Amino acid sequence: MSEPVIICRDVHKWYGQFHALRGIDLEVDKGEVIVIFGPSGSGKSTFIRTINRLEEHQQGTIIVNGIELSHDVRNIAAIRKEVGMVFQQFNLFPHLAVMQNITLGPIQVRKWKKKKAEEIAMQLLERVGIPEQAEKYPGQLSGGQQQRVAIARALAMQPQIMLFDEPTSALDPEMIKEVLDVMVELAESGMTILAVTHEMGFARAVADRMLFMDAGSIVESGPPSQIFENPQEDRTKLFLSQILQH
Amino acid sequence: MTTTASTTQGEVLPPPTERYTVLGWLKKNLFGSWLDAILTILAALFIAWAVYTGANWVFKTARWDVIVNNFALFMKGQYPTEEAWRLWLVIYLAAAIGGLMWGVFVRSREMAGWLLLILPLLFALAALALGSNVWINVLLIDVVALVAYFLGRTFPKQLQRPTITLLLLYLPLILLIVRGFGENGFMPQVGTNFWGGLLLSLLLAIIGIVFSFPIGVLLALGRQSELKAIHWLSVIYIEVIRGVPLVTLLFMGMVMLPYVLPAGLRIDNFIRVAVAIVMFAAAYLAENVRGGLQSIPKGQYEAADAIALGGFAKMTRIILPQALRAVIPVLVGQFIGLFKDTSLVALVGLFDLLGIARAVLANPNYIGTQLEVYTFIALVYWVFSYGLSYASKRLETSLGVGER
Repeated sequence: MSEPVIICRDVHKWYGQFHALRGIDLEVDKGEVIVIFGPSGSGKSTFIRTINRLEEHQQGTIIVNGIELSHDVRNIAAIRKEVGMVFQQFNLFPHLAVMQNITLGPIQVRKWKKKKAEEIAMQLLERVGIPEQAEKYPGQLSGGQQQRVAIARALAMQPQIMLFDEPTSALDPEMIKEVLDVMVELAESGMTILAVTHEMGFARAVADRMLFMDAGSIVESGPPSQIFENPQEDRTKLFLSQILQH
Repeated sequence: MTTTASTTQGEVLPPPTERYTVLGWLKKNLFGSWLDAILTILAALFIAWAVYTGANWVFKTARWDVIVNNFALFMKGQYPTEEAWRLWLVIYLAAAIGGLMWGVFVRSREMAGWLLLILPLLFALAALALGSNVWINVLLIDVVALVAYFLGRTFPKQLQRPTITLLLLYLPLILLIVRGFGENGFMPQVGTNFWGGLLLSLLLAIIGIVFSFPIGVLLALGRQSELKAIHWLSVIYIEVIRGVPLVTLLFMGMVMLPYVLPAGLRIDNFIRVAVAIVMFAAAYLAENVRGGLQSIPKGQYEAADAIALGGFAKMTRIILPQALRAVIPVLVGQFIGLFKDTSLVALVGLFDLLGIARAVLANPNYIGTQLEVYTFIALVYWVFSYGLSYASKRLETSLGVGER
């Protein structure tokens, strides 16, 4: 393998006095699928949000696609172009139709022609299974459909890396599957993925590596087989026993 | 579960309706108890008395000749009569743009019919009855508006941009037409001291709205800025202006400015009050827009950041469209207030609608007609304010598509 696409070295973050990230070290190779899980407040969302600078880290180094995240706005913009993100609350733009939601980034940032952007948006909508919703507004769609539009919107920028921040946590049970199906397809297509999620079925099926985070640190990491069958740390065991009980 | 579901599905019950006869309704709502009955009768007596006195005054006592004889004065002040066609041209333009906007953006048929057919006919009839030849113009303006409306309805997509361009060009265009150019010739210059009446009120209001809007939006954004200098300048401007009554600003512009300016430099009165009004309105508008900005969830900013939108695109494409839409009702309320506030320029000696009213009342021929004159200008203010309020309600409905 060549150079890792994401390199994090000793990443720290504080919210006021609260030490949210306590020295994260991680290297992600191209095409790797990583699932991050852990109790609420453990810093997992904060961590993946530092990768595209939605949160600023105060110490340590983050290098994405060979570019180091610094205060330089150009670096931040360059990294954000290559990193797509899907949010728990979808965060679609409610005043724009689905098609405009998807094409806005490519047209404004990638400077594509409108026609090209719309063609690619249409292909993406077909890929996530809702080509017929292109002219609707987000408010007219179900949660699952909105989240699939959000995935298409992130993919439209043709990113190297996709970040998922609890993408199914705000969904009704019957809609979780349609979103996970899209994510599985994406993982199998070779996309580099970092996903914060507690969908253990998804993790078992496609994750190359799982990270268990607690209190701002990565407590344990390893392939799903090891994490599920033979966890090394007591905290991992305890957490898994709690979420897998039912 | 399944059985109950299937049985209720079979027999769909209509919602219960309550049927009243007229007498039943009266009994329930107006004469339910002794107290109700007494209150109903008292209220009915009061209404009857008010209607009788009102009608008696309107049709018998009131001397409407003060309005009829001075109608042109109320509408245009001292603007020369031989140049009045230019004002008609301004109205024709407004009718064309209004019709286009209605056709392109609102697209509702029934209200257009009411506004464009019946109302102008009433105006025209009134003018005809008063022996004025205004009715031809009223009808022609109506025709222009109707044609524009149908054009807009038929080609909404193609006409969207031209309509917005026309709207943006309207103010400079009408200022050019009203003011004119050159000494003689086709459109000789008419100094601002000749502008008056409703013409002056409307011009001040339009200028106030058009200029205060971008300034107010910039101030609101400035107040949110992370750059400390911009933030504090915006805050200071907004708080200072909001702490001062508009009349004070107007007096400062009219009385104090000449002392501050170098000798010999005189700024037109019209421009002075217009600047004061714009400055005043911008500060209030900034606070309203700030309310809209604060209603936008953090996730919208993050989503825009995540697709690498730059600061400008983020604001103009994502944040402002939502923030402004959220505050349309407030902004319209503010614009209506602004239109009515222009009447304060009468206090610093300009002859807007209110100023003309005071001048007319000072004429010995019309002593004792305060009630007629003030009723009339109140009616004019009301017609325009309500029209604006109504149009904005329709605009909101048609912009509301796809709102979360």
